[in-house]
Amino acid sequence: MLPVVILKDDDVIMIELAEIHRDFLVGDQVVHALDDVTLTIESGEYVSIMGPSGSGKSTLLNLLGLLDRPTSGVYRLNGKDVTSLSDIEQAQVRNREIGFVFQMFHLVPRLTAAENVELPLILAGMPPEQRKPKVANVLDDLGLTDRSHHKPEQLSGGQRQRVAIARATVTEPNVILADEPTGNLDHKSGTDVIRILEQLNERGITLIMVTHDPEMGQRAWRQLRMIDGCMHSDHSNDDQINPDHGAS
Amino acid sequence: MALHSQDIAWFSWGALRGYPARTLLMLIAMAIGVSAVVVLTSLGEGARLYVMDRFASLGTNLIIVFPGRSETAGINPTTMMGETPRDLTLNDALALTRSYNVRRITPINVGSADVSYLSRSREVVVLGASHEMLAIRHWELAQGKFLPAMDLDRASPVTVIGSKIRDELFGAERALGKWIRIGDRRFRVIGVMGSEGRSIGVDVQETIMIPIASAQQIFNTSSVFRILVEAKTREAIEPVKQFIIDTLQQRHQGKKDVTVITQDAVLETFDRILGALTYAVGGIAAISLAVAGILIMNVMLVAVSQRTAEIGLLKALGASPRQIIVLILAEAFLLSSLGAIAGYLLGQLGSWSIRYAFPDLPAYAPAWAVVIALVVAVITGLVFSLMPARRAARLDPVLALSGR
Repeated sequence: MLPVVILKDDDVIMIELAEIHRDFLVGDQVVHALDDVTLTIESGEYVSIMGPSGSGKSTLLNLLGLLDRPTSGVYRLNGKDVTSLSDIEQAQVRNREIGFVFQMFHLVPRLTAAENVELPLILAGMPPEQRKPKVANVLDDLGLTDRSHHKPEQLSGGQRQRVAIARATVTEPNVILADEPTGNLDHKSGTDVIRILEQLNERGITLIMVTHDPEMGQRAWRQLRMIDGCMHSDHSNDDQINPDHGAS
Repeated sequence: MALHSQDIAWFSWGALRGYPARTLLMLIAMAIGVSAVVVLTSLGEGARLYVMDRFASLGTNLIIVFPGRSETAGINPTTMMGETPRDLTLNDALALTRSYNVRRITPINVGSADVSYLSRSREVVVLGASHEMLAIRHWELAQGKFLPAMDLDRASPVTVIGSKIRDELFGAERALGKWIRIGDRRFRVIGVMGSEGRSIGVDVQETIMIPIASAQQIFNTSSVFRILVEAKTREAIEPVKQFIIDTLQQRHQGKKDVTVITQDAVLETFDRILGALTYAVGGIAAISLAVAGILIMNVMLVAVSQRTAEIGLLKALGASPRQIIVLILAEAFLLSSLGAIAGYLLGQLGSWSIRYAFPDLPAYAPAWAVVIALVVAVITGLVFSLMPARRAARLDPVLALSGR
């Protein structure tokens, strides 16, 4: 069986973390949520980050998504140092290059599915006539066209997460950061959601997913394991292609 | 990354509709503030116009002359020696017509006398005046004619009676042409005053008017109580005043023994007092606007903490701190504008009700008060939302999203 993954201009380094520290002050004690993390992720990779709770995996994801700044260390995204950017510039990077998928979906309850998906484009200042076809496309891609005028409360968990994925991808980002995307879903819808994310990865979007479900985590090509803020292991399935993944 | 204005409006409107209770509360607060300003200033303005109107009905460009120096002139030799001032006479009055700037004059005498018709009689205020009185005081006749134009010293036996006197003396009977007895003389009724002629000091409905010379005979005097002078224009009032003082000084052997007051002076004082009153009640009402502003701040703070996750999400989706501030302020702007408009309508309804309940009171809110109320409402809404908006912009997205 031939690999279905199309190899692109290989070895393009997308994310580069060098000696990242992230300390929190809890009471009068300093907690090292990230302790000297150095990591390189290439464009188009499928990475899962696993580890017990409190191991720093969410903190790492927040840092990668520019929602948080490291205490020290350098973060380069596509070769550009993004740690020194201003709030406004970081907001632009988040808007254009990063898509988030959350465990709690985080849809705005008063907006319809389509409006939720439209939100990042609105924030980007895109004119309405350009937004509508993009939103329709993405919703169609995810099989949500007939749900586009439903409010989140009228949707099932799996549908909500699909809307959230649509929202994350509508800006055509280079990387999707998923924080326990299946954590609030039953097994079947969880698997559906993972498949969708993997399909996006096949189209070339870098997928980084935090999970504590080993079954989900092992589907990724590359599995990072964190313990106590340190990178404990970095394991790649280079030699074999995940059978599920190949079949999808 | 500039947001499109229709997107801002759409998002804010959605946020307002998403929390109807909160929105309604703020609208009410704003509306009460604005309508309070509108209603209270319309009341103040109405009172001012009402009083001005009443005073104006005393006569326009009116100058009143009466004998003796007014006490406000302070102590002078006359008051020291207890000398009685010289009376005004009909000839004094006649002399005052000799100015280009004087439109009309009337001397008046006032007293009370028994008036009777057949067996009915009562004591009535009797006013002696010339035919010019009607025009000077802007009175209206209900029936017949006013006192005829004739020489001031001719004591013609005719009278014009107030409508209430007519009702009391004649009942349903026709009054015109009938002879009535005033004091010990007989007068023919030639006219009846209209009921509108109520002005400060005199109730025309309960007054009887006769020629000035006849009044002098009834009250057995050769003097005149007051002389009313109407200047041709407002600008002519001062020259006329000077003319009166000079003329009467000449006629009174060089003594300045009359007092001349103008309607305008009185009017201006009232205007100032009541104008200040309007500002004062407007200012008090403005306090309720400030209270509404503080309420808006509270509610916006609640809104921000209520929607922490949403704001965190917007940040994750790439909203800059500026965009967050713009969205929160747009919401506050929309809210306070809607509240201001609602308050304006409510206030207009309020002043309409006042006008409906008291038709005499022209209770219209002055334009300046309306404009200020609207502008202040919107500005307080914005200013008091700055702090909540900044707080929202500073929210840590990680904490906001985790709902901590």
